[in-house]
Amino acid sequence: MPNWHKVCRLEEIPLRGSRVVPHEGRPIAVFRAADDHVFALRDICPHKGGPLSQGIVHGHRVTCPMHGWNVELDSGEACAPDHGCARRYDTLVEDGEVFLDL
Amino acid sequence: MTKQKLVVVGNGMAGIRAVEELLKLAPDLYDITVFGAEPHGNYNRILLSPVLAGEMTLADIVLNDLDWYKTNGITLHSGKKVTKIDRVKRKVLAGDLEVPYDRLLLATGSTPFMLPVAGNDLPGVIAYRDIADTEAMIAAAANYTHAVVIGAGLLGLEAANGLRLRGMDVTVVHLLDWIMERQLDKTGADMLQASLEAKGLKFLLGKQTEMLTASASGRVGAVRFKDGAEIPADLVVMAAGIRPNTALAESAGLHCHRGIVVSDTLQTFDPKIYAVGECAAHRGTAYGLVAPLFEQAKVCANQLAQHGIGRYQGSFTSTKLKVTGIDVFSAGNFSGGDGTEDIVLHDRNGGVYKRLVIEKDKLIGAVLYGDTADGGWYFQLLKEGRDIGAIRDHLMFGDAFANNHVGDVGHSGALKTAAMADTAEVCGCNGVCKGTIVKAIREKGLFSLDEVRKHTKASSSCGSCTGLVEQILATTLGGAYQAADRSTKPMCGCTDFNHGEVRHAIRSMKLLSMDAAFKALDWRTPDGCASCRPALNYYLISTWPHEAEDDPQSRFINERAHANIQKDGSYSVVPRMWGGLTTPDELRRIADVAEKYHVPTVKVTGGQRIDLLGIRKEDLPGVWQDLGMPSGHAYGKSIRTVKTCVGSEHCRFGTQKSMSMGVELEKMLFGMWSPHKVKLAVSGCPRNCAEAGIKDVGVIGVDSGWELYVAGNGGIKTEVAQFFCKVSTREDVLEYAAAFLQLYREEAWYLERTVHWVQRVGLDGIRQRVVDDAEQRKALHQRLLYALQGVVDPWLERTQGVASHEFAPLPAPLDTNGERHAELA
Ligand code: SRM
Ligand SMILES: Cc1cc2nc3c(=O)[nH]c(=O)nc-3n(C[C@H](O)[C@H](O)[C@H](O)COP(=O)(O)OP(=O)(O)OC[C@H]3O[C@@H](n4cnc5c(N)ncnc54)[C@H](O)[C@@H]3O)c2cc1C
Ligand code: SF4
Ligand code: FES
Repeated sequence: MPNWHKVCRLEEIPLRGSRVVPHEGRPIAVFRAADDHVFALRDICPHKGGPLSQGIVHGHRVTCPMHGWNVELDSGEACAPDHGCARRYDTLVEDGEVFLDL
Repeated sequence: MTKQKLVVVGNGMAGIRAVEELLKLAPDLYDITVFGAEPHGNYNRILLSPVLAGEMTLADIVLNDLDWYKTNGITLHSGKKVTKIDRVKRKVLAGDLEVPYDRLLLATGSTPFMLPVAGNDLPGVIAYRDIADTEAMIAAAANYTHAVVIGAGLLGLEAANGLRLRGMDVTVVHLLDWIMERQLDKTGADMLQASLEAKGLKFLLGKQTEMLTASASGRVGAVRFKDGAEIPADLVVMAAGIRPNTALAESAGLHCHRGIVVSDTLQTFDPKIYAVGECAAHRGTAYGLVAPLFEQAKVCANQLAQHGIGRYQGSFTSTKLKVTGIDVFSAGNFSGGDGTEDIVLHDRNGGVYKRLVIEKDKLIGAVLYGDTADGGWYFQLLKEGRDIGAIRDHLMFGDAFANNHVGDVGHSGALKTAAMADTAEVCGCNGVCKGTIVKAIREKGLFSLDEVRKHTKASSSCGSCTGLVEQILATTLGGAYQAADRSTKPMCGCTDFNHGEVRHAIRSMKLLSMDAAFKALDWRTPDGCASCRPALNYYLISTWPHEAEDDPQSRFINERAHANIQKDGSYSVVPRMWGGLTTPDELRRIADVAEKYHVPTVKVTGGQRIDLLGIRKEDLPGVWQDLGMPSGHAYGKSIRTVKTCVGSEHCRFGTQKSMSMGVELEKMLFGMWSPHKVKLAVSGCPRNCAEAGIKDVGVIGVDSGWELYVAGNGGIKTEVAQFFCKVSTREDVLEYAAAFLQLYREEAWYLERTVHWVQRVGLDGIRQRVVDDAEQRKALHQRLLYALQGVVDPWLERTQGVASHEFAPLPAPLDTNGERHAELA
């Protein structure tokens, strides 16, 4: 059973941007892609822990601000040639509200 | 002592390379005279194909311009054909010119083979060999429709591709059943043909040309074949092979057989006469590619320099087709024969074909289509005649795989060539050593600088090790490496346009938003990538100030948050101190902020101001509010600092008021975004305590006014600023500095510091527009002022609530019962 938690309204997240949600002392980055798809990843880059929320969002990817790794938003996997994975969370957008499965 | 006389016949790639090598070894040994039948300096013949395809211009492919001949004391007779060699009197004749020699070097290249069919001398029938041919093709493409290329070899296909790209309807006619039969087997050739057909080329194979017929205008009009068929042709390009150009040598009685016969020392049968290049036949072979010709040139130079130790032993050659987007590689004996075995991989759907030919545990040939990444490695194995018995089972899967299975076979050869140890650090920024790079190149089949950057991070930060990385690429890949040229390179993987083209399009099409740019320029990705977006955003707002939309989401985090991100995700805050000046009140506020927000580090920067490091993002607006000082933009591709010295306000040597000059400049430029960061300095006298000599714009006060210097850089590679002009008033300093910077803003490419821009476009042209042309200067100045009109301090705005979402985290989520998720302390 998903355990949905309400986070914010969709428009509170900038298009091609993200917001940070506190969660158990470890922030979660909630991204909104240009096509209004919403994704959530733990805000820790698989490379050296950089804050993915601060990166540039393009397509369904984010580029980490620290050393430029690209991370897939839907899986949290680093794009080739890099290896690693950021924890991902299920998201749901309903009536303009964004939910996370926590 | 009088110098000996060296005469070179043939001003082409092999002859001039030999001269270059000779000058390196013995610059003063000879008086050198060069004859060239073409009316040009030496150019890179190989690149005629990209010129025809419209990917390069003739100016791009010049190898040695006329200055080079002059500087090296070489007499060049261009547009002069040598008609006779008098071996007894040791002189050459060209028209009415007679030049004596002690040594003679023949480098006459090849002549294209023109099919002996009726009509081969009609207007519109040409070969593909030199600049004149290329120009003729470009002109024909502009005026006519139908092109027929006879011969589907390397040259024919490149000609056909170029003509097609220029809009012609192109048919390639070939006598044999498959194309490029000298480089490819049938399977590889069929795959290549299919991809070329997809690009719009037509093929007629197994066709023998009978004659070329004229149209009413007298120009060629059609090609008729032996089987009676006929196709229209306004342009016929004969690419049916080349013949060593031996006419001159033969007329002088030199022994020729499939070329001018030369020994291992590149001497002809007359020991005073040497021959290199396509005209020479060494051990029965005349080569038609540059790599072997360059090897010959080197040996020949060694002999001419009287070192006498070089020997040329023949070369292996490998072939690549220069059609953008198509990968073909072949080397050695790829068709096999008695006593050879084949290993074949064929994935027709995936568009990959590989065939390796092996004889007695040695690789003797390879054809690769679609995936040529291992070409360099196979070529190396082939050249070195290495025993591949132990890696045979893995050979097909390339270097990486084969090597994972048997220690380090395949590494040793390349590493011998360079002196650096494997453990030597190449990239200081990312701590990458040479071994790691070489390994990545080989294992992952990397071919370009960009790929190495991506895979190893080497050279991806400050870029100062770029040259080293390119060298490693070159030694590791051998002939397979081709250095990228930044001016023709696409901006990134999202587009085929380069920076210059994108800038131009944004201006000429008046593009005002990111989405408009993606659409107008056919971006491949829906919304770009982290590399093109910041560049595009800058181009938009700098070209159309007050009109184009600034897109914060396309800015690097520093520029979005107006602070510098630190390694731990915190931020640093550098308030502006105009001209490096501050007050007790400001210092008090800084001290208070540092205490209130528990700032771990307070530092005086190299830019004459104070940095508060380690601030939490959510505290930034509060810090800015409490500081009450404007942003220092220490985070932006923007105006950074204007450093000043005390100047005549206090200093006993000062001749001008440098502090107030600096403050005025900094106030004028406040809020200016630029292709890269911009730093200025103003010193009050030539002792130059503000280090104006390494700034983008440096100003030095002298008794009679101000000297302006531009394009200095104190960073990765220190570059001394160049003298720009001298002016007399403060107003002039503002106007000239603004005009120079505005030109930089309008024309430089993103991430190009002033020094690199000036190196690329030349200071003279800039000086003409800014210094010599008062009208342009004033206009530039005005455009900068216009762009900066109404600029607000980004920190002030943000303390008033602008972009608050950037700094405030969301509240902890609520679950379905409306309860906040338990937060751990
Ligand atoms: C804070 C400061 C060092 C200091 O404590 O003194 C500094 C800090 C940084 N410099 Fe610098 N530079 C600082 C003065 C300089 C200077 C000296 C100067 O300005 O007179 C130079 C050489 C002068 C020049 O630029 O020509 C300098 C040449 C660089 C370069 C190399 C630029 C180049 O074109 O070669 C970089 C890398 C880049 O920009 O790509 C760089 C980049 C950086 C960055 C922004 C790296 C980054 O992207 O995170 C550093 C931020 C550190 C941080 O964590 O906040 N920094 N940097 C100085 C800030 C000055 C200011 O008040 O704004
Ligand atoms: C379109 C094209 C694409 C090519 N692509 C590739 C490639 O991708 N890779 C590769 O390795 N090779 C390629 N080649 C082949 C390569 O360009 C040649 O192998 C190389 O240029 C030969 O050098 P050379 O000095 O022997 O002859 P050339 O460069 O032809 O120079 C000979 C010069 O001598 C002059 N000359 C001849 N007779 C006389 C005389 N009597 N008096 C005065 N001057 C004389 C000629 O006018 C000519 O300028 C290509 C060639 C062409 C035409
Ligand atoms: S402050 Fe400048 S020199 Fe120092 S580590 Fe950072 S980038 Fe390098
Ligand atoms: S921490 Fe993300 S790329 Fe290095």
